[in-house]
Formats: sequence, C-alpha cells, structure tokens
Amino acid sequence: MDIRLNIGSWIASFFNWLDDNVAWFFDALKSFFVTLYDAVFWLFSTPSGFIVVIVVAIAALFARGWKFAVGVVIGLTFIMSVNQWDHAMETISLVLVAAFLAVLLAIPLGIWAAKNDTVSKVLKPILDFLQTLPAFVYLVPALAFFSVGVAPGIISTIIFAMAPGVRLTELGIRGVDSEVVEAGQAFGASPRRILRQIQLPLAMPSIMAGINQIIMLSLSMVVIAGLVGAGGLGGEVAKALGKLDVGLGFEAGLSVVAIAIILDRFTGAFGKGMGLYSTLANRRAQAKAADEQARLDAQEIIDKGVRYPVGMAN
Amino acid sequence: MIAVRRLRVRRYAEAASTSEKQFLGAEVSDVNETVALRAQGLYKVFGRHADDAVAKLRDGASRDDLGGATAAVIDASFDVKQGEIFVVMGLSGSGKSTLIRMLNGLHPQTAGTVEIDGENVSDATAAELRSIRRHKVSMVFQHFALLPHRTVIDNVAYGLEIQGINKAERQARALKITKIVGLAGWEEKYPSELSGGMQQRVGLARALATDTDVLLMDEAFSALDPLIRREMQDQLLELQSELGKTIIFITHDLNEAMYIGDRIAVMRDGRIVQIGAPEDILTNPANEYVEQFVQDVDRSRVLTAESVMRKPRAIIHEGSGPHAALTVMRDEQLSAAYVVKRDRTLVGWVRDRDVLDLVRKGDRDLSSAIQSNHGAVSHDTSLAELFIPSLEAALPLAVHDERNKLVGVIPRVTLLATLGGEPDAAASALSSPDPLPTAVVTKALDASDEGVTTTAKVAN
Repeated sequence: MDIRLNIGSWIASFFNWLDDNVAWFFDALKSFFVTLYDAVFWLFSTPSGFIVVIVVAIAALFARGWKFAVGVVIGLTFIMSVNQWDHAMETISLVLVAAFLAVLLAIPLGIWAAKNDTVSKVLKPILDFLQTLPAFVYLVPALAFFSVGVAPGIISTIIFAMAPGVRLTELGIRGVDSEVVEAGQAFGASPRRILRQIQLPLAMPSIMAGINQIIMLSLSMVVIAGLVGAGGLGGEVAKALGKLDVGLGFEAGLSVVAIAIILDRFTGAFGKGMGLYSTLANRRAQAKAADEQARLDAQEIIDKGVRYPVGMAN
Repeated sequence: MIAVRRLRVRRYAEAASTSEKQFLGAEVSDVNETVALRAQGLYKVFGRHADDAVAKLRDGASRDDLGGATAAVIDASFDVKQGEIFVVMGLSGSGKSTLIRMLNGLHPQTAGTVEIDGENVSDATAAELRSIRRHKVSMVFQHFALLPHRTVIDNVAYGLEIQGINKAERQARALKITKIVGLAGWEEKYPSELSGGMQQRVGLARALATDTDVLLMDEAFSALDPLIRREMQDQLLELQSELGKTIIFITHDLNEAMYIGDRIAVMRDGRIVQIGAPEDILTNPANEYVEQFVQDVDRSRVLTAESVMRKPRAIIHEGSGPHAALTVMRDEQLSAAYVVKRDRTLVGWVRDRDVLDLVRKGDRDLSSAIQSNHGAVSHDTSLAELFIPSLEAALPLAVHDERNKLVGVIPRVTLLATLGGEPDAAASALSSPDPLPTAVVTKALDASDEGVTTTAKVAN
C-alpha cells in the first residue's frame, strides 16, 4: 500500500499562491533589502581598504582595548593579502543588514513573549521549527520570491538567525528578579517604564548574548546564501566548490573565520565595560568622586574648623 | 533600645491621655484615632474557580477541601490606625506576604476590600492604582529589590522620579533622606558595593522619600544577620518616633513582632487567628497555636513591669500611727510594707520589727521607722531590667508611674513565674519572709492599748 502525504505539493501550491497574489509585497521587500544593502556596502567599499582597517581598529581599541585592535589589523590585512577584500566587504554588508533586521524583529517578539504566556507558547514551536529546518530549505522559496541576488540571502538569513534573539530576550526579561519588578510596580511605575528602566537594563546581558548569536548565525547563513547568488565570500566558496579549487576555498573560508572572530569579539564586548571608552569613563567618574570628596572635606573644615592632614579623611 | 521603646510608649500615653484607664491598660488604641488602612473580608485564592472557593470558605469549608484552588488568605479584616506599627506575623505559607501584596494591589484580591486613606484600592483601575501607589503607599522588600544599575541616590529618588518630580528637587530630597538613614557619603555607590544592612537602608530611604503615609514592609529585616537586624529595628523605631508613618510590617519572627509592633496580627494557614497588642498576645493567647508560638518569645523584653505587677496586699498611709500599721501587717502576715501619702505617692517602707519597737515605746509617729530607700521602678521598665532591683529589694518590688505614685508591686515569684509562662502560678506561692510571730505582735498591741486615732488602709 502506498500512503503518500503530499505535504510537498501543498506547501508548493501555498507558495505559488503567495507568489501570484502578493508579489507586490515581495517586490517592495526586495527593493527595501537591496537599498539597505547597497547603502551599507557603499560605506565599506568606497574608502580604500587601509582606511577601513584603521577605522575598524580604532573602534576595536575603544571597544576592547589594544590587543583586540592588533588582532583586527592582522585579520583584515590577511583578508586583503589573499585578495578577498571586496568579497569580504560584501559579506559584512550582508551580515550587518540581515542581523540588524533580525534584531529589530527578535527583540520586540522576545519582549512580547516574556509578557504574555500565550504568545510564548505559540512562538516556542515556531522558533524550534525555524531553527532546526535545514538552512538550505529556506533558500528555495526565497529564490522563488526574490529571484537570484542579495534579497533571498537576506530574507533567509533573517528567518534563520532570528530564533536565538527571541529566546534570549524572553529568557532575560523573565529572569529579572521579580521582586525588583514588583518594586517598580509598588512605586506606581507604568508597565512601559518598568520595561524601559528595569526589565531591559537588567536583561541586557542576555539580550546581548542573543544579538551576538544572531550575528554569528547570520554570518554562517550568509555564506550559504552565496549559493543563490548573494555574492561575497559565500559566492567564492560556491565557486571553489564548483571548480574543486581547494586553494580558493581555503582563502575564502579563512576570511570568513577572520570576520567571524572580529564580529564575535565586537558584540561580546557590548555593555561589559571593557576597552578604552570604559577606561576613560571610569577615570572621569573617579575624578568626579575625588572632587566631591575634596568639596566635602573642605565643607567639613569650614563647618567645624577641623583641620587634619590631607588623606586622613578616609 | 529600651529607651526607644519607652519613647514610643510615651507617645501613645500622650495620645491617650484622656483616660488614665487607657494609659494603664495594655491596649493603647483609641476609637477616635483615624484609620489609615482598612481591610475587610479579604480573600485570595489561586487556581481555578476562585470565586466558588471563596463561597465554600465563607460557608465554613476548610482550606484542604477546595480541590484545585489554593487559598492563600482567608477572610482577613483589620484596621490600621494612623501612626501605628501593625505587624502581621506568621510562618512561611501562612499567607502574610500575599496579604501585604493585596494591600497595594500587587496581588488583586479574590474578594473583599482594601481602603487606604479612604480610597478604595480593591476596585481601582490600573491608573488609579498607580496613583495610589505613587502618593499613598510605598513598600520595602525582603531582598531589598534595589535597581542594581543605579546608584544609591538614584535608587532613593526612584519613587520621586515616578511621581514626576524634577531632577534637581528629587536629588535634593533623596540626599536628605539618605542622610537620615545614615548613608551620607555613599550616594554615588552602586547597591552591589553595599552590605546587606546598608542596602536595606537604601530600600527604606526609597520608601520614605516618596513621603507616603503608609509604609508596607515585607519581611524587611529577615534577610539580615541578627546584629544588623536589631540595629535596623532600633533605627526603624527611632525614625518612626520622628516621622509617625503608618507601618504594616510582615515578619515570621515573633520576637521582632513583639519588639517593634504596636499591635500584632498572628496568621496561620491563611487566617488571622489573633490581633492584639504584644502583651495581649503574650499573656492572653487566643488559642493553642498562638500559645505554642509565644512560648519561645523573650518575655523579659516584651513585658513591662506594669503588665506583671500585682496589687500590694497592704499599703500603709504615712499619717497612720505605728499601732495601726502594725495591726495591718499582722493581719496580712507581712514583715514589711510600703508607706504612701494620701495621693499614693510613694514615701518609703517600714519593717514590722521597727514598728513594733515604736509601739512598745508608745511612739505615735511612724516617720522615724520609715526607710526611704524603696528602690521602686518605673511602670514601663522591661522585665529584663527588673531582676537586679528585685534582688536588692527586701520587699516585693514597688512599681510607680511617672508621677511617682505607687501602682503595684512585683514579688520575685511573680517575676519568675511570668518568665516561665505561667504568671498565675505565682498567686498561690505568695508569702512574705518570716513575719514576726502573731502572738508577739498581738501582745505588744494589747500592751499599748491606747486610742487609735488614725486608720490604716487595707488593700483588698
């Protein structure tokens, strides 16, 4: 007996229906993605490579410190030296656009899920589904809707990379000490204010981990999207695959690794008080505290007529 | 510590000065005092069919036969008066934390009403509720619940920020409160840099800064170690004597309840089983549960001289002659007795032997036999401070009020029996150290058979 469940054809006809009826929507989406991508790519490709390296290195210095800055210079110089610079810039632009949009979707969804148990219960299996479906499968309908180019790459990347952002945002907000949230309520804060002043700041480490995950998953998906003509390092890898070019494959692959490490370290530093910026901020705070202490000491001397050697105040 | 407690007793004494009876009695409440918070028939049931469960409970069902629903609070009613510290005491699971959260609407009640300062909390809309929480009632939490990403001063100013007060003013007010709770110089630190006690001071300052009349304190000192806890209790009482807030304080520690509470509500399994002044709860437990509970209380700190004192068996008036005095002491089998003026002001005490000498000499004036070192204690002295005076006194310890009038005596046996939890046991054991043989006294009295002009008063 032959039992054949025609899920494939049902889904295919559903997508066909979408393609026939809401094509205008996909067209609009496509031109939106392409515009965004072009703008970011322009930013990275217009200046010469050396200027980009310097700017990114300075950013690294502020974000984590000099060791990371040196690492950034080495990594980017390597990419330049294996002649993958332009492809790398395409990949970075794709990752940034896709990750940005994924974060924009994931965080509100995560907040919603944290506030509403029903939403959470509905989202959970959907996210499981999105995360476990083989990444290549997304490419097929994306290709059907958007045809070859960066747009199918971006949309499939967003869908693939979004899940951990939603999950970690929900987890972070639900994990905020309930007594602190109660404190906000007990003093009459509105739910919006509690979200802004208590839940989001306290969930920040978890949300940041989510953003980091989104960016890393975006990178891996963007490489796969090279298969559908999204270009970049993924395109080079696909080309190497087609020509069985081991050298090209490794050059492009190692460039991906370099970008992955740089992006990971950048996002890992968010909100952790590392790097030059934080050092400077700490110094300013210390100087302010010292000034304040000096003012208090002076006030005490004026008030009480007490005099003691400097440094005895503490 | 004791000084603080006395201060508070005195404050109430002033409030209730209209009647001496009220002053002497343990119950300090006054029907005319304004009610700051009123809870009536509060129920909180978690789970499905909560309303059915309330109906069943009202019909007398017990907490165990509600099926799926869990009753956390059952029919809680009480009034809290302005300026009072009302303690809700119960073990974990007794529903006290749920109860306090219903008072400011953090947990909506299943049935019943809560009124704060005349405003109904229980049927307020979300916006009304926020307004009540901003301006009428603030809260201190067990685990402090400070905002870890804000400095001390910004934490203290949090409530003011929500009230919509501009930055300059809220900083100024927060600074003032921070100083009052003893955290001057720590304003720019983060909560994680502070010890537990200091963090809770921030929590207290945050609640005080909003200047609400009602303060809810949910196990506020339970997470602190014992020494710090005692320190915080004293500070709270001290602050309270200045600020006169209405405080509802939740605790599982009966000693804490007894120490800071003006009145205590004891909760068990969701129900309030007794409401009363600390001394009431201790001396008249409503049921076996409360009785078992209060067994472990340090009575010597809670009870005052006033609450354990007895009526003296005999008092001798200063004006009465030795003959009359000796008759009284013989009749009551006493070896000594206190001497008072007509208005009961304590003068001193006499021994039967000295009075007997006077009688034999035919002296008509008692004053030469009166010893003035009576060692009397004030009526609001705690039991802990009575032991040494009691040890030194030859007579049952005399107790006077603030106008130096004799109001009672405390025999040593009473002191011991009270600490043992059986104050009535003392009654049967009352005896005076070897009085003179009755025959000797009667003989002496008969020998000096002169006209007795003054009378001695025998207290019944």
